[in-house]
Order: sequence, then structure tokens, then C-alpha cells
Amino acid sequence: MSIANSEVSLDAQCLRADFPILGTKIHQDKPLVYLDNAATTQRPRQVIDCVVEMYQEHYANVHRGIHWLSDQSTDRFEDARKKVQQFIGAERPHEVIFTTGTTAAINLVARSWGDANVGQGDEIVVTEMEHHSNLVPWHQLAERTGCTIRHIPITDNGLLDLDPSDRWLGQRTRLVAIAAVSNVLGTVNPLEEIIARAHAVGAVVLVDAAQSVPHAASEVTALDADFFAFSGHKMLGPSGVGILYGKENLLDAMPPFMGGGSMIRRVRIDGFEPAGLPAKFEAGTPPIVPAVGLGAAVDYLNQVGMTAIHDHERKLTQRAHGLLAKIDRVRMIGPSPDLKTGIASFVLDRIHAHDVAQLLDRHGIAIRAGHHCAMPLHKRLKLSASNRASFYFYNTLDEVERLAEAIQETVAFFAKPRKRG
Amino acid sequence: MNQDEEEIYQEHVLDHYEDPYHRGSCDNATHEHEDDNPLCGDVISIQLKLKAGRINEAWFDGDGCCVSQASASMLVEELEGKTVVEAQRFAAEDMLKLYGPRLTPTRQKCCLLPWRVIQQALFSPINGDDDSDDNHFAGPSLGEES
Repeated sequence: MSIANSEVSLDAQCLRADFPILGTKIHQDKPLVYLDNAATTQRPRQVIDCVVEMYQEHYANVHRGIHWLSDQSTDRFEDARKKVQQFIGAERPHEVIFTTGTTAAINLVARSWGDANVGQGDEIVVTEMEHHSNLVPWHQLAERTGCTIRHIPITDNGLLDLDPSDRWLGQRTRLVAIAAVSNVLGTVNPLEEIIARAHAVGAVVLVDAAQSVPHAASEVTALDADFFAFSGHKMLGPSGVGILYGKENLLDAMPPFMGGGSMIRRVRIDGFEPAGLPAKFEAGTPPIVPAVGLGAAVDYLNQVGMTAIHDHERKLTQRAHGLLAKIDRVRMIGPSPDLKTGIASFVLDRIHAHDVAQLLDRHGIAIRAGHHCAMPLHKRLKLSASNRASFYFYNTLDEVERLAEAIQETVAFFAKPRKRG
Repeated sequence: MNQDEEEIYQEHVLDHYEDPYHRGSCDNATHEHEDDNPLCGDVISIQLKLKAGRINEAWFDGDGCCVSQASASMLVEELEGKTVVEAQRFAAEDMLKLYGPRLTPTRQKCCLLPWRVIQQALFSPINGDDDSDDNHFAGPSLGEES
């Protein structure tokens, strides 16, 4: 992520008007305070309108029909690919593969690249803060090939413990799979350093960018990432579409993952020749409308500006840390706000995360409670569950204050001494 | 706080949560079981002292949300003194009724964790205790059935 030093501001209150759902009142009269953006974001009118217009005016299957409507649909689908390519700083449109999400993108690499390049005794390196979707595909690869999974540990503050480098990196390391940003802690990982070190031993690097692409500018070429996976629904786009970026030479050398229509150049009764990129990895009818909707989301994000988004979220996170840390029984998890994105995770002493989330919901506040698909991380931090408030550019300082007040009331609710009657 | 059936933190629930019945370990327990709900991290262990087909004592320990811990307290209080057969007949619906407030499907899992654990504990004699009285009631021993 490249982050400019000078602060750029945005008017969250004004932008909120573009998001119909953010005007919702729940539990009779409580304005919805949506702070579960790391799970999924909401969509602006511009994306919703694009999806509706696509179905009403331009929809047909892509790359198939010799007819006007199919051309319309195909043009928009391929336009969306170019928008994504430019948004992440990829060199070529065909390095951008449409998948159904980050999970599908990582599984594609594990199945296709992994099965072709990893053998018994080889090593895959992950980190202790990975989401299950960047762990389980590698566990499955290990089951198939007999390779070993090693991991980079984390510190008590929730930063990668890169010091004992030789313990996790070696001549047998084939791939390093790492989150750009932790979905629980918000920690921004030093990708440049890890990629350089991995490349020095000939390993390739897959970046799980699901939590970084929506929140700060991405430059995959400058970063020298080999694979880069993210989801549309965490960046204002429709659910059901995600992206796998891969370097052209790597993707070219990989066998197709799924077989079917679109991914072939020619099929004989006794065999097939795969198509070129990107079709080789897009078997079957792709998520046409979600992809076009993602293109509209990229337009919207470009208009707001990724630097402004990053700066605004940092302000929200700093305020959240400042207010929450003062509350009795609250313990913040993860590094200080300047080392992370817009995620504030915390636990309340002797109040389970689910009870916190349930009581915050009464105030109209939506946060995530649980292990956030990162069980090894919670085990490392000796937590059974945690609470996560995650921000996006449409959240306001006022909402952060309402969160803090509601947490205070939750603490008071459980502080009352009680005896069974 | 309103006390309607939508209110999952009714006073009696909070009372059990803050001031639980038989939380801790049971001296000379004959049966025990522990399980968790990995999705939310709730853990419940239950220890029983069974004698002549009856639950003489029931204790629980655990870690987790208000719903799981309060329901464990209610459950051990309810089933203590009951026969093993009565405890087996205590169904999931009975547990939800005992808890009181209506729960969403997600929170029902919290409420039913202690119930699942006690049902398994009835069949889980502590090692070396297979000859104790509790296996001597009519029918196959619980240890053999499990």
C-alpha cells in the first residue's frame, strides 16, 4: 500500500447520502450504526443503479452470442476488468481473473499452481494472523502433496515477529501466503520486506488483500506481488465476485483449475486445449453483473480517493482507541492505530463477545463478535472470542462516540451485583 | 429493561450468570464431560455424582457468554435429584423452556451447549469408576452403551 503523507479529507456525512441502507432505523427509532465493514461493506446508489441498469438494458451471456446484446454485456464485463487492473496497478488486463471471491482466488492458486509446483518436503509459509481462507487451502495442499506448513509467529502486540527469519524461510520454501492486513487486528504487514525476502530464496508470494484493497491504494506491480487476491463485496461491490491477480508468466504456466465452457480453445472428444488468459481460469458463465457492479464500485472509490479514505479511517480508529481504552474493563487488541487500518478490536473483561454484540445491537450498532475466521490468532492471543468494530469512509466520528457510549452502558449493565432470588 | 419474551437478558438469567448454582468441581464425581462451541468459544464441563440411577449432585464449570453460562446453572439446578432416566428425557425443547426468553437460532446453540454436555456426561463414567453403584440399575450399563 502506498500512503501519502499529507492528509486529505472527505465529507463522510455527505457521502452517506449515496448509501440508502445507512439511513435505516432499527429497533423502532435507532439509527443504524454499521461498523462491520471488514465483514462486508454497503453499496452506494451508483453501484445498485449500475446493477439494475445492467439487468434491465445490457444483460446477456459474455463471449458467446453473435448478437448485439451479448456484445453490450461483454464490453461492460471487459471494461470492469480494465477498471480493476488500473485500480490495483496491474500491467495487463488479462492478469486480472474474475473469481467468486478471495476464497475462490486463493483456492485457485493452491489447486492449480500448488499441485503443479509443490511436492513432498517443500514448504509453504503462512502467518499466525491469517484468515482461515488463507490457511485451509494450504492445509489441503499439504494433504495432497505432503508439503509442510510453516508459520511466521506474531508478537503480543499483534505484529509479525520477523526477527527469527531463518526459522520460517528456507531453500524449500515454495510459497509465502500472507495477509496484507489482518482481518482481526487491522495490522498492516510489511509486504515489501517479506516479498523481497521470499523472492531471494526463489519463493513466490500470495497476498490476501481482502482487507487492504478497499482501504488504501494498491500497486501490485510496484509491490512485486506474484498473486494478489481480494473480494468485491468488501469494497462497495456486489457479493459473488472477487479477483485473482497473477503475474502473466506464472498464470501462463499454470494448468486450468476448473474445466468447462469458456476456458477452452478447442475440445475434441478425447481431450482439450485450454484457452489463453484470462479465459483459462474463468470456466463457465462468470459473475457477469457482479463484475460490472465492481467496476462501478471502483469508479466510486476513485472519485472519493483512496488517500482520503485511508486518512479518514485512521481518524476514526484513533478516536475509537482513545475513547474505548478509557472505559473500565475494556482491553484493546492489536497494535496502535498508526500501525493499522480502520479496525478497532477489543475484549471486555468477563463479558463475552457475543453478549457485547447483542447489547450493542440494541443501540442500533452492528459489530462483529467471535473469532472472525481466525482461530489460530485467537489461540495465540489466549482469547476465545473478541469484538471488532471495523470502519469505512462513510462512518463518522459521531458514530464512534455512540459506540463508546454503548460499550459504557454494556459494562454498567453487567456491573450490577446480583443474587439468585 | 423490559421483561418481555424478546428480552434474552431477563433478570433471572442475569442472576444465574452472576451468581451461578454449583459452579466449580464436584468432589467424588462419577461422571463428567466437556464440550465447546468452537464458533463462539463457549466451553462447558459438567461433573455428576450418580448413585443408584439418580443424580445426587451436578456441577458445571466453563467459560463463555451469558446465555451458555446461565443455562448451565439453570440446568444443573433443575436436574440435580432427578433420575438418570428423567434427565435423559429432558429434551432440548425443555431446556429452551427452562431458559425462558425466546432465542434466535444462533443463541439457541449457546443455550443448548450445557444440555448437550450433560446428556453426554450421563454416559461418560470417570476412568476407574466403572464399578461404582451407578452402573447397577436395570438394563445395560451406561458405560457399555456409550
